[in-house]
Amino acid sequence: MMMLTCPNCGVTAEETEFHPGGEAHLTRHGPGSSDDDFEGYLFLRENPRGVHFERWRHAHGCGKWFHAARDTATLEVFGTYSAQTTEPPQEIKDAVSAKRPGWRWRDISDGGA
Amino acid sequence: MRRFSAFAIAREAMRQHTGWNRHWRSPEPRKHYDAIIIGAGGHGLATAYFLGKEHGITNVAVLEKGWLGGGNTGRNTTIIRSNYLQDPSAAIYEKSRSLYETMSQDLNYNVMYSPRGVIMLAQTEHEVRGYLRTAHANALQGVQTEFIPPARVKELVPIINLDGPRYPVLGGLWQARAGTARHDAVAWGYARACSDMGMDIIQQCEVTGITRDGDTVTGVQTTKGDIGCNKLGIVVAGHSGVLAEKAGFRLPIESVALQALVSEPIKPCMDVVVMANTVHGYMSQSDKGEMVIGGGADGYNNYTQRGSFHHIEETVRALVETFPMISRLKMLRQWGGIVDMTGDRSPILSKTPVEGVFVNCGWGTGGFKATPGSGFAMAELMAKGRSPLTDEFSMWRFREGKFIDESVAAGVAH
Repeated sequence: MMMLTCPNCGVTAEETEFHPGGEAHLTRHGPGSSDDDFEGYLFLRENPRGVHFERWRHAHGCGKWFHAARDTATLEVFGTYSAQTTEPPQEIKDAVSAKRPGWRWRDISDGGA
Repeated sequence: MRRFSAFAIAREAMRQHTGWNRHWRSPEPRKHYDAIIIGAGGHGLATAYFLGKEHGITNVAVLEKGWLGGGNTGRNTTIIRSNYLQDPSAAIYEKSRSLYETMSQDLNYNVMYSPRGVIMLAQTEHEVRGYLRTAHANALQGVQTEFIPPARVKELVPIINLDGPRYPVLGGLWQARAGTARHDAVAWGYARACSDMGMDIIQQCEVTGITRDGDTVTGVQTTKGDIGCNKLGIVVAGHSGVLAEKAGFRLPIESVALQALVSEPIKPCMDVVVMANTVHGYMSQSDKGEMVIGGGADGYNNYTQRGSFHHIEETVRALVETFPMISRLKMLRQWGGIVDMTGDRSPILSKTPVEGVFVNCGWGTGGFKATPGSGFAMAELMAKGRSPLTDEFSMWRFREGKFIDESVAAGVAH
């Protein structure tokens, strides 16, 4: 079973204690945006086979949201970090690069898979 | 192609079965084809079959990175039904179900279609209302379904517990001509027919890139070399997003794992298919006697072809309450498949931003039932550039807000 560590309260627990919330770092386009932007925000996910950044909520714990970097092909979790950021912190990027050489931020689908 | 018949069986019985041939050839790829289909699962092979049968296009290759029918075609719970809510869905699923009726004869291949009937249990007041609505919609669409009371459910499924503590059965949506078929045989039957028409089915051939001249497709790069084509059909279910990216566009799809499991074989106890969507579980009994159980999908993106254990527990716990007699059954096998989910839980059969590239994906948790209809519609789309069955299933419907919203109708399992 997949294990995650909540960066908000520090608890490490099985996936059943958390609730998945889909892709992280979306730009939330609103009224006045173009059709392309709005479609992208609502429907077009990265859906990579490999490194994926995603939102999780510690539903049966502290209740707070956080982000995780995970490989969708192996379920390996590279690390978790605060949701209060628009892109992954450097140490998360380094942790991914160490395991998936050649991987680059926002070049997700090619990275590592 | 040597035809299968009672006479053929008798003849082979007389000579130690030495006269059976391979069902399909395994050729090396040629340099160029009129059309290439990526994905030799049920949908891909059905597409190739109807390209040849309905449109006379037989210079076709079907490329498969693994083995034929080894993806979701071989991993589903083989349920066939067409009791959908929206008109475009009903049209393509009912076309598909009707093609299953004669598939064994059409292909000269026994796909073991068994129209044993499917019940979708209503276990909440909302489901009762939802299924009444679906039954009325189906009546208008010409799809034969009816809403049946609990007593009739008990008559059809004697092993059911109507008065479950958490999930009382309040009725059910019954489609008598729905049922099951042998999933492998569907893929094998189509493969045999395609090979017989001169099409090349190339296994162990992974597509690594898609080559374009401007906005027009010219071919594919594969692990067996470059192959040219005029038209390209991407029919790869869970990996559609990965291939779309190679072609240079993005699809409104997320891939998750959906799992199923089978029990040890037992004596016949249930001769219909029962789906319980409130509790994410459905069950039928195979001809071998195994109880075939399908569960809910994982909540996160996943390409691992296995599911989370807690979803098995969730499914089995609910089914044990509904069918108390299965509580002592041992489970023999469990597996997962990667399903491609769209926002409205309806498929995408569409042209793409790249001229000559067509996609058939997004069947999510319920693609097997659609295999022949999907192939029929996709072939028409690829051959003529348009099909009345696929008009509503464009990949651009999300931008326009023209959803075919089956997620409202079912929410989970299809």
